[in-house]
Amino acid sequence: MGLEDKVKEIIVDKLGVNAEQVTPEASFIEDLGADSLDTVELVMAFEEEFGAEIPDSDAEKLTTVGAVNDYLKEKGFDA
Amino acid sequence: MKTDFPDTAPPISPSLTAGAGALTVRMVGTGCYVPERIMTNAEMETIVDTSEEWILTRTGISERRIARSGQATSDLAASAARQALDAAGVAAAEVDLIVTATISPDMLMPSTACFVQSQLGASAATCFDLEAACSGFLYSLEVARHLLLAGRMRTALVIGAEKLSAFTDWDDRNTCVLFGDGAGAVVLRAEPATAPARGILSSVTGSDGDLAHLLTLPGGGSRFPASGETLAGRMHYLKMTGREVFKHAVRCMAEAANGALEQCGFTVADVDWIVPHQANLRIIQAIGQRLNVPMDRFYMNLEHYGNMSAASIPVALDEAVRNEKIRPGDVVLMVAFGGGFTWGATVMRW
Repeated sequence: MGLEDKVKEIIVDKLGVNAEQVTPEASFIEDLGADSLDTVELVMAFEEEFGAEIPDSDAEKLTTVGAVNDYLKEKGFDA
Repeated sequence: MKTDFPDTAPPISPSLTAGAGALTVRMVGTGCYVPERIMTNAEMETIVDTSEEWILTRTGISERRIARSGQATSDLAASAARQALDAAGVAAAEVDLIVTATISPDMLMPSTACFVQSQLGASAATCFDLEAACSGFLYSLEVARHLLLAGRMRTALVIGAEKLSAFTDWDDRNTCVLFGDGAGAVVLRAEPATAPARGILSSVTGSDGDLAHLLTLPGGGSRFPASGETLAGRMHYLKMTGREVFKHAVRCMAEAANGALEQCGFTVADVDWIVPHQANLRIIQAIGQRLNVPMDRFYMNLEHYGNMSAASIPVALDEAVRNEKIRPGDVVLMVAFGGGFTWGATVMRW
């Protein structure tokens, strides 16, 4: 499974949304119904899945699905 | 009673007496006190820019108790302690040790435990406070347990007590909705070990001072002595970086719980009740998922009291014992996380 599919799977699981809703443009809070604590849990799930450490200063910028994909690729987690 | 344990008695070291004379430490009574005054989320709406719905969905808190002005942490603590002594059938004069876990002491000096001693008339006790924020009660249990196991003392009062309303920034909507006042107490006793083992079975504690800055009450200590500047900077109030605290709380509490269970050869399936530090329902739900434990195995009272720091676990424990949720023979796992960072988990058989 590619990085983007894995990210999508985590979002579907954590937020209880349909896979079709998880487009690169989708905002976690505006479009996918997340609140601030859901976004913390999402970041934790990404960290644990990819063995990454995502500092809070970076996490604040990861507001959309596409931003997460780009961030993880940039950090070299595109397995 | 004191004559059974004269000051000159030789120490009974459990390591020297393992087998026939081995000791165990057990809670023989619990008590709690919460102030009468209830502050609801609706009332919070009139104080800061927030909403009932926002507070409930982000925290699981509906209301909290607020102590009267003039009522100090030791007053709450002494009320809880009296109830615990009554439940145990132990006289104040039999108490050898009072440990009070608090981040909201009556004064910087002397200790809140000494004020409690005076209120109770527990004149034979050695008294001190222990500060480990929300993990303070479990840290205090661990310290008291080992002092009892060392054999020089037989009976301890361990109290978690807080008047957090005195240190809450009522202009900060991110923190003021979270905290409440209250106190819980347990009477601990060293007894000859029985089979199957009862009492406290295992415990783990840990700290990470590198993350101290994420949860603080900075003003009024030697780093920032009280001044006009510290007052103007609102430095005498609790400060929290919520996202980071959430993350570490979930991970550390889940790990500590597993560590304490492993130490006594249990798995989470052996646990009848988990009594967690009651900071935020969302933290507990995330821990439940990690431990693979349904929410109905967690004893929760956060909705009515908010986060009472060191008092949360002993208040919840006392409630669960009094309403017979926790029954003799039940395995109880307590787990906490707080400023420091500090964390801990303790397993006991009731």
